[in-house]
Amino acid sequence: MEGTYRKNRMKSRISWVIATILAVIAVIISIAPFIFMVMNSFKGKFEMLTKGVFALPEKLDFTNYKEVLEGNFFSYFLNSVIVLVVSLLILLLISAFASYPLSRFKFKLNGFVYAVIVACMSIPVHITLIPIFKMSQTLHLYDSIWALIGPYVAMNIPISVFILTSFMQQIPKEIEEAATIDGCGKVRMFFSVILPMAKPGLSTLAIYNGVNMWNEFIFGYTLTQSRGNRTLPLAVWEFQGQYSMNTPMIMSVLTLTVLPMIILFIFAQDKLIKGMAAGAVKG
Amino acid sequence: MKKGESLLAQKRQKDTNRVAAIFLAPVVILLVIYIFYPILETFRVSGFDWNGISSNPKFIGLDNWAKLFQDEKFWTAFLNNIKVMILSILIQIPLGIAMATFVEFAGKKSTIFKILWFIPMLMSSVAIGFLFTYALATNGGIISSISQLLGGGNVDLLGNPKTALYAVIGVIAWQFTPFYMVYCVAGYTNVSEEVYEASVIDGANKRQYFWHIALPLLKPTIKSAAILSMVGSLKYFDLVYVMTGGGPGSSTELMATYMYKLSFAQFNMGYGSAVAGGMFILISLISLVTMRILNGKKEDY
Repeated sequence: MEGTYRKNRMKSRISWVIATILAVIAVIISIAPFIFMVMNSFKGKFEMLTKGVFALPEKLDFTNYKEVLEGNFFSYFLNSVIVLVVSLLILLLISAFASYPLSRFKFKLNGFVYAVIVACMSIPVHITLIPIFKMSQTLHLYDSIWALIGPYVAMNIPISVFILTSFMQQIPKEIEEAATIDGCGKVRMFFSVILPMAKPGLSTLAIYNGVNMWNEFIFGYTLTQSRGNRTLPLAVWEFQGQYSMNTPMIMSVLTLTVLPMIILFIFAQDKLIKGMAAGAVKG
Repeated sequence: MKKGESLLAQKRQKDTNRVAAIFLAPVVILLVIYIFYPILETFRVSGFDWNGISSNPKFIGLDNWAKLFQDEKFWTAFLNNIKVMILSILIQIPLGIAMATFVEFAGKKSTIFKILWFIPMLMSSVAIGFLFTYALATNGGIISSISQLLGGGNVDLLGNPKTALYAVIGVIAWQFTPFYMVYCVAGYTNVSEEVYEASVIDGANKRQYFWHIALPLLKPTIKSAAILSMVGSLKYFDLVYVMTGGGPGSSTELMATYMYKLSFAQFNMGYGSAVAGGMFILISLISLVTMRILNGKKEDY
């Protein structure tokens, strides 16, 4: 009896050691490319070639960063911020609008409208690309950051409505009934009761969609052209053309584009992880 | 009296309908402009020979679609998508479950693992694409440097048509495995503490608990993870476009990269539209069938 107990403990200890070793290997694989990026961003142009990629940089040299920041990095950054803020505000507001009747009203087309919106989740953006490209030219929005707002809002509507509708369904009916007795109409009900109560859902969605929009590539690449009108993910593209032989320089551009996310991660780690997994409820 | 009541109910319903319409209008209008109209327009344009610029495109009927059916490049791209899909599901989801299980069993002290594992998720696909073009570079990349340290030569993973797609799939796994880890961690929180305690009281060890209790309870989570991974793989674009542009040859070509290059590099927008349409139909069919199969066998716990 004693013997088997000890054997089992032994076995479980060994499997823990193995599991921990595997976990550490997974950590190394996860962060190695990241460290490769940051480490080499501090190196000189030839330092990396002569000393190899694994050598630590000779000194913490910010020359690369200075050069990138003195280029038009800030204009990319600012463009991304403007597009993000405007699109996100519109998206959250109108998704909340739509989720309100879908979650709390009884009307004939409710199920149908909801199904159609949710079905849009698996549509590949590529099928909309050519017409939206033509549309932005016709409307003279092509090659401006304003061309991006419409697609950024529209593409994120389905998942947002899906998440917000299920969130609003969980708000207890009694609160609404109490407010109705107090003479609260349906429109006022939304602004003074439902919207404030949906705040946690909205903040999760803000993170999820914000990250998506911040990293969005294909519309930015297709609908804008000149340097001054492009967003941050495309900055790498431009710098790559400029410094194609200077790998450390590219690494510092990459590090700078990731920096906002890292800062967010350091200060709001739990929220970010939860927000980015919000898409998890899909399907 | 009764009549009055029903009139009142009717009026109330009318009121509800009106408010619903007003609240739904912005979303519906945007979806029509940016999703429904473009889908129809893409199918319309697929009937023309058009360079995207000329004002009188030539109507050619179903010629583009006939071409699509015989286009070896498109079907190669489709097969590549399927390979990415199958390997993504087989690599990312089991790894995600394993990592989540480790975090779940090791308790609080494993938080540091969760945080470090999450790091790839902080980067955009474009940034990852660029980073790995350099990390996998023949001269001075990570893999080449390791191989040289071990006495081997340079390794050219992305330049070799035989290995390029698998290198890309590896990078995709690097990027998305953390997502499925977080996803399964969330799945575990739905498996209640009491279930675990009850199974321990019944004498189950951790291994038995995992295989016989936790895993079956995680089934719905795994199912939707598989659907997500599937749809994502079929419309994959950013990273591949940045890293390989579909090459060498068409070894890493995907439906989306093929469509993009046809439309916006060769300005063959008529045929590009047909490819986009074909991609849309294939993705819709595959997701419909899969969801039918997965949801057909609904089980309750």
